[in-house]
Amino acid sequence: MNVLVYLVPMALLLGLTGLAGFLWSLKSGQYDDLDGAALRILPDDDIDS
Amino acid sequence: MTETLDLSMFVERGTAGASHMTLAVEGVACAGCIRKIENGLTKLPGIIDARINFTQRRLAVDWRDDEIDAAGIIKAIEGIGYRAHPFAPERVEADDSAQAKWLLKCLAVAGFAAMNVMLLSISVWAGNVSDMTQETRDLFHWLSALIALPAAAYAGQPFFRSAVRALRARQLSMDVPISLGVVLALALSVFETATHAAHAYFDSAIMLLFFLLCGRYLDLAMRRKTRVFAGNLASLKAEFAHRLEASGELTQVPVAALNPGDRVLVRPGERIPADGAILGGSSEIDESLVTGETLPRAVGAGTTVYAGSINASGALTLRVTAAGAGTLVEEVERLLDKAIAAKSQTVRLADRAAQFYAPVVHATAALTAIGWLIAGASLHDSIVIAIAVLIITCPCALALAIPAVQVVAAGSLFRAGVILNGGNAIERLAEVDTVVFDKTGTLTLPEPGVDETTDIDSDILERAARLALSSRHPLAAALARRARERIAYPGAVEEPGQGVRAVIDGDEARLGSAKFCALAAPDEPAAARDSTASFITFAQGGKTATFAIRQALRPDAIAVAKALMARGLHLIVLSGDRPAAVAPVANALGIGDWRAGLKPAEKIAVIDALQAQGRRVLMVGDGLNDAPALAAAHASLSPVTAAHLTQAHADALFLGDHLKPVLHAVVVARRARSLMKQNLALAVIYNALAVPIAIAGLVTPLIAAVAMSGSSMLVTLNALRARLAADRDLAPAAVDRLPNPDSNGSAMSAEAASLSSVPFPKLAAKATPRPLVEDISA
Repeated sequence: MNVLVYLVPMALLLGLTGLAGFLWSLKSGQYDDLDGAALRILPDDDIDS
Repeated sequence: MTETLDLSMFVERGTAGASHMTLAVEGVACAGCIRKIENGLTKLPGIIDARINFTQRRLAVDWRDDEIDAAGIIKAIEGIGYRAHPFAPERVEADDSAQAKWLLKCLAVAGFAAMNVMLLSISVWAGNVSDMTQETRDLFHWLSALIALPAAAYAGQPFFRSAVRALRARQLSMDVPISLGVVLALALSVFETATHAAHAYFDSAIMLLFFLLCGRYLDLAMRRKTRVFAGNLASLKAEFAHRLEASGELTQVPVAALNPGDRVLVRPGERIPADGAILGGSSEIDESLVTGETLPRAVGAGTTVYAGSINASGALTLRVTAAGAGTLVEEVERLLDKAIAAKSQTVRLADRAAQFYAPVVHATAALTAIGWLIAGASLHDSIVIAIAVLIITCPCALALAIPAVQVVAAGSLFRAGVILNGGNAIERLAEVDTVVFDKTGTLTLPEPGVDETTDIDSDILERAARLALSSRHPLAAALARRARERIAYPGAVEEPGQGVRAVIDGDEARLGSAKFCALAAPDEPAAARDSTASFITFAQGGKTATFAIRQALRPDAIAVAKALMARGLHLIVLSGDRPAAVAPVANALGIGDWRAGLKPAEKIAVIDALQAQGRRVLMVGDGLNDAPALAAAHASLSPVTAAHLTQAHADALFLGDHLKPVLHAVVVARRARSLMKQNLALAVIYNALAVPIAIAGLVTPLIAAVAMSGSSMLVTLNALRARLAADRDLAPAAVDRLPNPDSNGSAMSAEAASLSSVPFPKLAAKATPRPLVEDISA
């Protein structure tokens, strides 16, 4: 069972990274305009023809 | 005349000459629109940033003052092909947005903790029936505590704060047993962990918080969506006034920026922007939005006029006044204060359940502990069992039972064009047994139209209607809406107070009063017989025609009145208009119970008398004179065209030209209420099954987890039935409310037009299936 000593902290750390990622995305306003984000990927004006 | 536009009240000044403004934009429907507006604006000199929020249909612009100004930006957007309306964000909306972010953070923390604690708990449950050593189990319990305690302290805040608030007010809300349950479960678990016991309830506590936060967040999200929509609608409807500066110059300012003492110019055909006294000019004004009276009133210098009236014939100058003593507005406000104070505080279903529930649960837990002590159990075991009872009864299902239904029902109503103002409006709407309608603007359309019943030559109608396009008189405006070809005749001249004339096909044509059209004897008998209509005459060559302009019933009013009566509701019409104008409307609808010529105080008296008889009244009205009655009634609805003060006191607003939303509101609310009761019953049944197990001391954390999530899911799924049923009922209605793209554009009312442009995704999407790809390439 010694494997738990590093597996459990690792699992928690990964989970905390996910939580931090979510909180960061929330803070940076990525959930303010969900419908707009879905549409903004459609135009290809960033591609030089 | 050039008029400067003053938008300073909408602009936020930043540092170093930078400014910021938010605008509600009409007609943004696709990815192409976003790109067109954003690219078009950022190309302009002085624009720092332009960003569209598509979900809210709003545009945020930052610019440098020395290169461009607010009016220039709105003009530029118009040039791109969209209409933008400056928008003053409301405090409530900002508060809601901050609250939503906070709830989402709490939800994320609770979700993270619930997943990780459950991972550890399941290992313990499996280990307890196999070969887990006590040391490993203790390690897992301590790890759970390490995750759950800080997480609960953070994510439980919405409940703890609200519970403390309720207790301070010496009340019991659902948050009190929730907070108590969570705190006790965590405390017991820490104690059990410290004494190397086999069971800990960290997962139950944190899962409870997670489920409840989901419910809270969805509830708030629904309310925010409605509020954003209502905010956009308000800015679309926002009106501008022509303010006369001391120098004699005219400035166009938003109505909200007017102050008492300002002088304002009101041109014919415009709405009077604020209450005031007339300084100069004479005219006739249409006060139907204020008093319900449909006949115009003659006004001159010194007369007091009210915001919302329409100036019909001559230009007026008025001084804006605060509501003075003895005016109608003052009386309305006095009645409003009284009505709001008198309105019995209706206790919400959830709070009633909580007040009954909390004492029962806490007494049961206490009795359980005492019972086990008497039966000879140790103090420790008795307390553990009593706390298990508290945990298992922790009102997860009960706390979700009502909000879940509310979210679903509010969504259904939103799709049907009903915007809820308050949270408990649904419950009150469900209880009504009497519906009181105002006539003008509620049963009838807010704008008058040409009477269809008399025979009119279509060619003459078309000529008259096109001629009417050159006039600003309200009667002409009603006629002008019938023009198929919306091009005014060149060279048309309006003679103020009389009519319009133009040369059509070589002949002079006139439209206006009978006298102006040189009709010696106007249709006197008809006019005398028909006091509900106003007349406008057209003459060209030898041909003349007289059009009756009257307030038409909303297209589906008769069907809706029938349907409401079929549902056992008693209908009454209370109007401020003359009996001669009210009787035909009541007769057409089959409503026998009607009164006319009522003052605001008399409307309230009728409603109070009805409520004293034990009736629950739903008031539907739009006029300023209806505002006190709306506040006094058990529940209230207003069309979106209603006066501002009136809208503020209605429980819900409805959109469009149809009366059907009133029926929907009642049907959906009744359905929602019955589902709320079902959900409460389900929660009670769950408790009846689970509590005996808990009292018997047989509850393990596994049973608690299964029971809790099972019952929560059951009530949530049951709540979703509100949506299925409501959408089935409303589906055909939603279709016939749609503006028909093939028909004459003028047939569309202003709201119907704006409907397709503001966030109303379901309706707009169905109306015009847009070829998305083409739009982008265009």
